[in-house]
Amino acid sequence: MDRQGNIINPSEDPKLSKETVLNFYQKMTLLNTMDRILYESQRQGRISFYMTNYGEEGTHIGSAAALDPSDLVFGQYREAGVLMYRGFPLDLFMAQCYASTDDLGKGRQMPVHYGSKDLNFVTISSPLATQLPQAAGAAYAIKRENMNRVVICYFGEGAASEGDAHAGFNFSATLECPLIFFCRNNGYAISTPTNEQYRGDGIAARGPGYGMLSIRVDGNDVFAVYNATKEARRRAVAENQPFLIEAMTYRIGHHSTSDDSSAYRSVDEVNYWDKQDHPISRLRHYMLAHSWWSEDDERSWRKQSRKMVMEAFEKAEKRLKPSPELLFTDVYQELSPSLNKQRESMWRHLQQYKEHYQLDLYDK
Amino acid sequence: MAAAVTRFFLRGAGSKVPNTGVSTRGHSSFGATLLKLSPSCNVRTKTQRRHAAHFTFQPDPVPTQYGPTQKMNLFQSITSALDNTLANDPTAVIFGEDVAFGGVFRCTVGLRDKYGKDRVFNTPLCEQGIVGFGIGVAVAGATAVAEIQFADYIFPAFDQIVNEAAKYRYRSGNLFDCGGLTIRAPWGCVGHGSLYHSQSPEAFFAHCPGVKIVIPRSPVQAKGLLLSCIADKNPCIFFEPKILYRAAVEQVPVEPYTIPLSQAEILQEGSDVTLVAWGTQVHVMREVANMAQEKLGVSCEVIDLQTILPWDTETVCKSVVKTGRLLISHEAPVTGGFAAEISSTVQEECFLNLEAPISRVCGYDTPFPHIFEPFYIPDKWKCFDAIKRMINY
Repeated sequence: MDRQGNIINPSEDPKLSKETVLNFYQKMTLLNTMDRILYESQRQGRISFYMTNYGEEGTHIGSAAALDPSDLVFGQYREAGVLMYRGFPLDLFMAQCYASTDDLGKGRQMPVHYGSKDLNFVTISSPLATQLPQAAGAAYAIKRENMNRVVICYFGEGAASEGDAHAGFNFSATLECPLIFFCRNNGYAISTPTNEQYRGDGIAARGPGYGMLSIRVDGNDVFAVYNATKEARRRAVAENQPFLIEAMTYRIGHHSTSDDSSAYRSVDEVNYWDKQDHPISRLRHYMLAHSWWSEDDERSWRKQSRKMVMEAFEKAEKRLKPSPELLFTDVYQELSPSLNKQRESMWRHLQQYKEHYQLDLYDK
Repeated sequence: MAAAVTRFFLRGAGSKVPNTGVSTRGHSSFGATLLKLSPSCNVRTKTQRRHAAHFTFQPDPVPTQYGPTQKMNLFQSITSALDNTLANDPTAVIFGEDVAFGGVFRCTVGLRDKYGKDRVFNTPLCEQGIVGFGIGVAVAGATAVAEIQFADYIFPAFDQIVNEAAKYRYRSGNLFDCGGLTIRAPWGCVGHGSLYHSQSPEAFFAHCPGVKIVIPRSPVQAKGLLLSCIADKNPCIFFEPKILYRAAVEQVPVEPYTIPLSQAEILQEGSDVTLVAWGTQVHVMREVANMAQEKLGVSCEVIDLQTILPWDTETVCKSVVKTGRLLISHEAPVTGGFAAEISSTVQEECFLNLEAPISRVCGYDTPFPHIFEPFYIPDKWKCFDAIKRMINY
């Protein structure tokens, strides 16, 4: 698909139904709307941190759509769209970012560290690339179950420099793991551009060195991402081997709310990608050309999606924080005697000094 | 990088290995090569004879409650535990460097032939990969037993253990966990292991809530504790005193059995001094207790801590309340060692019961030395002297 939404090579048209394409578009734009509102709320000091997915929506939705819902996802941290595609409700996104009492992670992690057992999305952790060898292990165990499932593991081109990335590639190849490595090459690792990250031909070129099938794909073309992931999945399952996808995209937003990217890249550069080659506008052109979408649809959907996000946002903001009791659980499956002692001592302390702690914000 | 030295040893020593493992030909593996210096073998020089026997292994009474027993050394009791695991848990897999042919310490001998190459397999030479892979296996719901070839080489996996395995359950709000993971690693001094085949890194991991750390003193204990670690729903690190692999022989039950974690064991009751240790050092303590009785008329209570994290404060503190004196001994350097943690807790809990300052007899704050090992280790004479000083305080 080119920038005007025309299919360049008809033989590669995935020929998705109108319903499916509309769903792609709505998920991509809903993600975008959620990003805008949560980014702003961080700027206003209402949540502590946020990471937007701007510009990378095509990689998330295209890959998620090509998987089976039972396939296990190991993300890095900028893959909220995958979770959204699988049906993670806005309320739970908000609950996690607000660390409210509804947060499935019990308020323990910074915003954007989502996870869902029901949706087979392993909880995000901050250390980079640690998920790669883990994904290999999970894929190995899944292979032994013989259920035709696959594991997908997302990471950035910066994380690919970590030792754990090498470990993950090499283990999955030698141990024949049905695993899709999905590299989002978005041009920057915080401020470090790709030409200071590697000197070879990107990440895909490393695949053959590990004896691993590899493909580079236009990450801003949601259909290309879909096709590549679909084929990677087919071969990973059929042949019990890993498959490396490098999706070329661009991180339009700052790395996180703790980052100001104008210090290391030009506004013109960002504008170019935002205005000229955005995965969302490409798909919109495609839909408009098929008369599946109109300017009216666009206006009313924008209004509706904004309303949905705002409602969830307001709901989460009003909720209490989880009980401080949850500070001590899940360290081990059971509460150890010494930790129980520490728990009791905390409550005694809070009882005695309660005026110094905002206990009214927390669940009992 | 980890196994480079070991591989050098192996290549230099020939590769065909007898399956019984108790052969003293001593040319089959690193473990066997090391044994040339152990007290039960012929030794070549006077220096080695004088210093090699820093402990005497004392077998426990033959256990009767778990059915028939067989004579096993420590590596064979590990094999037996792994054999039971593979037989009873179809999801269980065992992997690491050189695990397929039986392992450089022979702990996985015969298992690949018995259970298949998809269940007992080699990984690439990469410790962070081994632990990361093991976490993934466990997250997917299967049982993972990962071998790190030496505890000295566990550090590339530090991030995977400390930041990942230990925090998996907590950070996901109990949605995901890697409780099915057990990491095994040969541990402790061995006579000539030098800097990188002798370390006892338990204290590094003891600072990390979420993992359990277990160190056995004997074949019977090793099997029961390893099976407990594998069954436990938390990630466990199981350190195996490599000097005991062949030197320690007991009658070990053939059937599976477990020994509870986080429970210290009082091996000998006493009234004057409490001696706390784990792994090989327990045997030093037993001998020291006898020396103290014979030479000083001092009655020692000997405690094997067994689980380093979370540790059994109650058993230790109760004992110190009774004796009023505590000696803790480990091979790892004294500063920031686990003895410091025990000492701190005991002075908090038993301050008014203490008759003398708590004594730590540990390794010096140096790297683990090669030819100076006899001077470095907390041997029975150093421990004996510490008891004398506590009694005379």
